[in-house]
Amino acid sequence: MADLRTNFLGIKSPNPFWLASAPPTDKKYNVERAYRAGWGGVVWKTLGEDPAVVNVNGPRYGAIHAGDRRLAGLNNIELITDRPLELNLREIAEVKKAWPDRALVVSLMVPCEELNWKSIIARVEETGADGLELNFGCPHGMSERGMGSAVGQVPEYIEMVARWCKQATRMPVIVKLTPNITDIRYPARAARKGGADAVSLINTINSIVAVDLDSFAPVPTIDGKGSHGGYCGPAVKPIALNMVAEIARDPETMGMPISGIGGIETWRDAAEYIALGCGTVQVCTAVMTYGFKIVEEMIDGMKKYMDGHGFATIEDFRGLAVKNLSDWKYLNLNYIAKAKINQDLCIKCGRCHIACEDTSHQAITHMVDGIRHFEVKDEECVGCNLCVNVCPVEDCITMEAMAPGSVDPRTGKVVPAQYANWTTHPNNPSAVAAE
Amino acid sequence: MPDISAGRLAAADYGKNFSDVHPPLTAHEAVVESDRCYFCFDAPCTIACPTSIDIPLFIRKIGTGNVEGAAETIFSANILGGMCARVCPTETLCEEACVRNAAEEKPVRIGLLQRHATDHYLERHSAFGLRAPATGRKVAVVGAGPAGLACAHELALKGHDVTIFEARGKAGGLNEFGIAAYKATDDFAQREVDFVLGIGGITVEAGKALGRDFTLADLKASHDAVFLGLGLQAVNALGVEGEETAGVVDAVRWIEDLRQSPDKSGIEVGARIVVIGGGMTAVDAAIQAKKLGADEVTIAYRRGPAEMGASRYEQELAQVNGVRILHWVAPKRIVSEGNAVAAVDFERTALDVSGRLTGTGRSVRLPADQVMKAIGQTFVSGPVESGETVALDGGRIAVDAELRTSLAGVWAGGDCIRGGEDLTVQAVDHGKRAALSIHAALSA
Repeated sequence: MADLRTNFLGIKSPNPFWLASAPPTDKKYNVERAYRAGWGGVVWKTLGEDPAVVNVNGPRYGAIHAGDRRLAGLNNIELITDRPLELNLREIAEVKKAWPDRALVVSLMVPCEELNWKSIIARVEETGADGLELNFGCPHGMSERGMGSAVGQVPEYIEMVARWCKQATRMPVIVKLTPNITDIRYPARAARKGGADAVSLINTINSIVAVDLDSFAPVPTIDGKGSHGGYCGPAVKPIALNMVAEIARDPETMGMPISGIGGIETWRDAAEYIALGCGTVQVCTAVMTYGFKIVEEMIDGMKKYMDGHGFATIEDFRGLAVKNLSDWKYLNLNYIAKAKINQDLCIKCGRCHIACEDTSHQAITHMVDGIRHFEVKDEECVGCNLCVNVCPVEDCITMEAMAPGSVDPRTGKVVPAQYANWTTHPNNPSAVAAE
Repeated sequence: MPDISAGRLAAADYGKNFSDVHPPLTAHEAVVESDRCYFCFDAPCTIACPTSIDIPLFIRKIGTGNVEGAAETIFSANILGGMCARVCPTETLCEEACVRNAAEEKPVRIGLLQRHATDHYLERHSAFGLRAPATGRKVAVVGAGPAGLACAHELALKGHDVTIFEARGKAGGLNEFGIAAYKATDDFAQREVDFVLGIGGITVEAGKALGRDFTLADLKASHDAVFLGLGLQAVNALGVEGEETAGVVDAVRWIEDLRQSPDKSGIEVGARIVVIGGGMTAVDAAIQAKKLGADEVTIAYRRGPAEMGASRYEQELAQVNGVRILHWVAPKRIVSEGNAVAAVDFERTALDVSGRLTGTGRSVRLPADQVMKAIGQTFVSGPVESGETVALDGGRIAVDAELRTSLAGVWAGGDCIRGGEDLTVQAVDHGKRAALSIHAALSA
């Protein structure tokens, strides 16, 4: 049976499933419930300086739903912990003592002065916590006060604060990155230059989830007004995966430990982050939707997946997808695929046809000999995969690679066996001669 | 002459009529259905399940592609989860409790999802669970029905050695002999028995009956604990004139013959059948009689639809299969012609002002070639009332909250105890809980 035990920066946990710094980790009561449910670790909700911040007293969350009201994305305008620092520190010490086998990392956010950071770190040291996570990510509220993403958007600040913190503590330091930037590699590189041991990402994305069309105010609405919030949940996973991938393959940050965050709900989501190099993953929205118990599914599903692939530990497959991350220009232009519709599985809804007919390459029939019938016309199909994505039946439409040597009916040309990419393509004005 | 004969159908129709009543979900259907589960907290479905299967968790596992893990969640609570998925009246258990009923009157199809997961597992594994190190303790289980099998599996898991004594020629109990054939196709009951026994440490001694081949005292002397999962051995009598007439059959026995017959065309069935009773046995007998080619099948029940032991869903299944259900009639006399049954005379019933069932004096005669008695089964207490005895309560074995009988070292569960409900899933729960109590006692 697969062993899920994880050692991330020397912080050990029975599994790689941590809870992200967020409402679920705001106090001892919740954290202990999470540990009892089986979570391997938590990042305690961000501590700040006293006097504690205050939250709005109206709605803090807004959501978008997929069909059947499945929560797809959540937006929040909650700030860092609004409880006194002393209370949080006392509870952190109690929890760490009671749960020595679980990871307990403390998230911090204070004004951008060295003394402020060093003072609070000294307090956290006394709790026995395993590590620090510097919150340079929150995009709402705190950023207006020069903290959170206001720091995370300036690489020089990240490097500076990371350095202060590393000098001030025995604990590993994780820098939590904001996705509200144009190129995630810059803040990640800055974190590494500042001496940070790891990065965690993503924090939430600037967002307005909805506009109330009666009051003409953004949602969530506080007395007729709304403010942008931070967006998270299943819908952000692709954005987060890309940012993790960028850091994992950037020569300047390659190999730096990463804790992956963003839309993780199932073992499969977590495994994808690990395949991109993450040593742990952090979850928030999924537990806010379904409760802590989902970790049972994640643990069992991950073990089954690993057993099925012969992976004894997380390290056996961590980062295996990194080598397959590529720039577009290096993708093989001689790889030719065609969509194929399994007629036994097809329920004849016509979505593949209309997607292709209206918006793509007119490569799928809808009527053959007077009968409703959906079939790919190989002579028109460019292999774009749109039909696969809009089909409501999984595995009904698949992409089949053409064997080298066969003739592509669309171009009339033989499918070459050798790899060739854009850099050498005759249409590329800057093509280099093939060697 | 009454019209009773075998082979009323064309050969091909038997296979069609006795195929799966609820075909399994395809992989696509299972994923779509799993997506409907809300993963409720303290889920009402789990509370409604006598074996407390963690239903939201197993459904979530199906949704994430971990069908094997889903089955493990089921089997860890209910080792007969495969049969329960087929025979449980889910419409009065988990699916009745599903919160989707409140919103759209359409529960998640939990039974079929459970079948999806357990079928997947049984196709790939010959057993479930790893035995704890051997304890050297021996437990006797009497009866290889759902209660006995569940008890034996749990005890084997804990490292005890178990011998099951079964009066019949093979294990399975009601799952093998009593359930309608179209609910457990492809010899599923025996496949499940093999799966349960696959864990090891369980020996089945078939053809050994308590009271005939051994006594309770014998078992106590040779084992560290005893579990009685005896089931019910006799059927209630109608207590009306003509009950012994040829053509009046015991529905339980008739279903048993049907289940044990590999060739359904050999089963004799009347052209016009009256089934007397209102429980699952009545429905199973009536539907199967219809499926064997009977022309007219009537279930006659002395009260109304709400009082029937068969669920509303089962009643509708009978009606969809062409069975007529006649309510508010009580049998008065079997009418014979020559030496065979010709009709049943009923008196119409009603509730009087105090709510008691009374006859109205109005009668109705139903012509019949065959009459099936399905008015309940009774516990035969003789074997546990001689030598070392266990106390009874209401004609069945009395037990405490841990399924302990009045006799030290003897536990009991399933239909033979007070409160037994003629439900596979409840018997499994009894067997499992008794095993945990036995284990605790043996570990003390």
